Amino acid sequence: MKKEVLLDLYYQMVLIRRVEERGAELYQQGRIGGFMHLYIGQEAVSTGLIAAREPRDRVITAYRDHGVATNCGISAKEVMAELLGKVTGTSKGKGGSMHMADTSKNMWGGHAIVGGHLPIASGFALGDQYAGNDNVTLCMFGDGATNIGYFHEALNLAKTWNLRVLWICENNQYGMGTAVERASAVTEIRQKAEGYGMKNGQVDGMDVMKVYSAAREAIDFVRKTSQPYLLEADTYRFRGHSMGDPERYRKAEEVKQWQENDPIGIFNKYLLDKKATTRKGLDEIEARVEIEVNQAVEFAEASPEPALEELFKDIYAE
Amino acid sequence: MSKITMREAISQALMEEMDRDAAVFIMGEEVGVWGGTYAVTKGFYDKYGPARIKDTPIAENAIIGAAIGAAMVGQRPVAELMTINFAFSAMDYIVNQAAKLRYMFGGQFTLPLVIRAVGGGGRQLGATHSQTPDAIFAHFPGRRVVSPGTPEDAKGLLKTAIRSDDPILFIEHATMYQVRGEVPEGEYVIPIGKSKIQRAGRDLTIITYCKGLELSFKAAEELSKEGIEAEIVDLRTLRPLDMEPVLSSFMKTNRAIVVEEGWKSFGIGSEVASRIYEQAFDFVDAPILRVAQKEVPLPYNRTLEQAALPQVADITAAAREVLK
Ligand SMILES: Cc1ncc(C[n+]2csc(CCOP(=O)(O)OP(=O)(O)O)c2C)c(N)n1
Ligand SMILES: [Mg+2]
Repeated sequence: MKKEVLLDLYYQMVLIRRVEERGAELYQQGRIGGFMHLYIGQEAVSTGLIAAREPRDRVITAYRDHGVATNCGISAKEVMAELLGKVTGTSKGKGGSMHMADTSKNMWGGHAIVGGHLPIASGFALGDQYAGNDNVTLCMFGDGATNIGYFHEALNLAKTWNLRVLWICENNQYGMGTAVERASAVTEIRQKAEGYGMKNGQVDGMDVMKVYSAAREAIDFVRKTSQPYLLEADTYRFRGHSMGDPERYRKAEEVKQWQENDPIGIFNKYLLDKKATTRKGLDEIEARVEIEVNQAVEFAEASPEPALEELFKDIYAE
Repeated sequence: MSKITMREAISQALMEEMDRDAAVFIMGEEVGVWGGTYAVTKGFYDKYGPARIKDTPIAENAIIGAAIGAAMVGQRPVAELMTINFAFSAMDYIVNQAAKLRYMFGGQFTLPLVIRAVGGGGRQLGATHSQTPDAIFAHFPGRRVVSPGTPEDAKGLLKTAIRSDDPILFIEHATMYQVRGEVPEGEYVIPIGKSKIQRAGRDLTIITYCKGLELSFKAAEELSKEGIEAEIVDLRTLRPLDMEPVLSSFMKTNRAIVVEEGWKSFGIGSEVASRIYEQAFDFVDAPILRVAQKEVPLPYNRTLEQAALPQVADITAAAREVLK
């Protein structure tokens, strides 16, 4: 991978983290409402994955979607504006944290019904198959989402109909407060693909380089064979499930242990070891991100609220 | 009498019934270790253990389906849907199975199931997480639908629901857990299927339930300052609908509005108004008005969301209108 590409990945990961740290502050000040789920700790998954796609490949994910949005090329400004419910946000302020999308960038949304977007992902691939192209749909979801019927119906359909979907399970060890082994018959989520005769793999989701190469391989496989593939990324969310989670279900030491495996820290070390950049180079990226986040907040704050008529718009196309 | 919150009332009802009957158990997402998403079952896991407080996978069909099965073979499950929006992920079980199995098999078994679900908007959760779809569930015969508006009613009705041999959907409101109210000391139950006058008045009848009750109380206070005395009838149960207190109030006031949080079209207000027209047509002095949610999915933006939800001012305006 070229140096610039590597440094861009680093920039993207730091951007996700700083946007969300600022978002958390604004939430605590009561300027963001609703549910807000932070991606902090999982940045390597989305960043490595989306770097491996072609722009024509579609991305769809769950409500933990701010990072996926910026990885797909949505600006921090639009993300922040959506969080503040402004008309300049990705979804005109109507969607909020859980519903970021820009279909022109092939980011087809954050979705708030657990597992609900999986059959829709099969549908994207169906639409593309019907159109005769070889686009791949990248569908991201959590470990908890693999226990609902939607997951199973979507995987079965994808395999039976030879649909080009790369299923990416972000196994962050919990669905809300329920540890994987308390809710899932198998703790290795990828095994669930076996039941559908679907090719699958597992990757360390804290290491962006590993995610990138696993995703690259999987996307190639899906595109060439017209077969779905399930990739399980082992990861961890450093923050609560959503803002205000009392986190009674896990021990502080466990969180600390995973934090020692910080995906940004791991990549930082990798870049220095490989001499892709210097400490100063990394600091410059941090500084650039800080400016970008500040500008995003300023933009969001200065943006207007949606007009009252917006309430009645976009319900129907006609 | 003691003053407790809605949360405490529901929690007490569950605990009292679990203590009374070993067949009662709770299953749902995050009901145990987490202590309930809305902290209703906080402390239950420690007290009753995992056999009676069951954290489930995220699998609404399996939650309701398995609760139905357990109820058919003699247990008394209280299945919790984290929010009523996820009832749509279990619609077949709620509509096709729970409400019909006993009937289809000629009454060979009972189905003592309570489904607790939290509904309602106003928390900026966006279109899929803010719904008040109560009317949909009330549409189908075979399953009762209860939705209380005070802690006293919540406790008494939930206890009755758990003791009932039939499936019951018990709908709570996400913004009402802190609402405080008097409840009787000691054991009491309240019958399902009975509406109640919650405020006496002479000038018009406001028919409502759940969140609408909270709003209507506020509206009635404002109207009272103008010399208008509203009588408030709380439906408490949506199916079966008890029209008796509604009709006797209406025959006195001759004017009514119906207040609900859900959408107006095909809603609770439509049902109540048409029953009044059918059963008390001679007493109608003004068109019955419905105060309800605007016909849009609820947006995230706070200002827009509030504009879509029924407000106290909408109720007072409707009241003045029917009194013109
Ligand atoms: C059908 C449905 N049921 C329940 C919920 C409530 N809920 C939201 S997120 C969540 C946990 C999901 O866990 P997982 O899939 O592992 O994703 P993570 O949050 O860990 O990223 C639950 C239970 C929901 N949104 N939709
Ligand atoms: Mg998870």
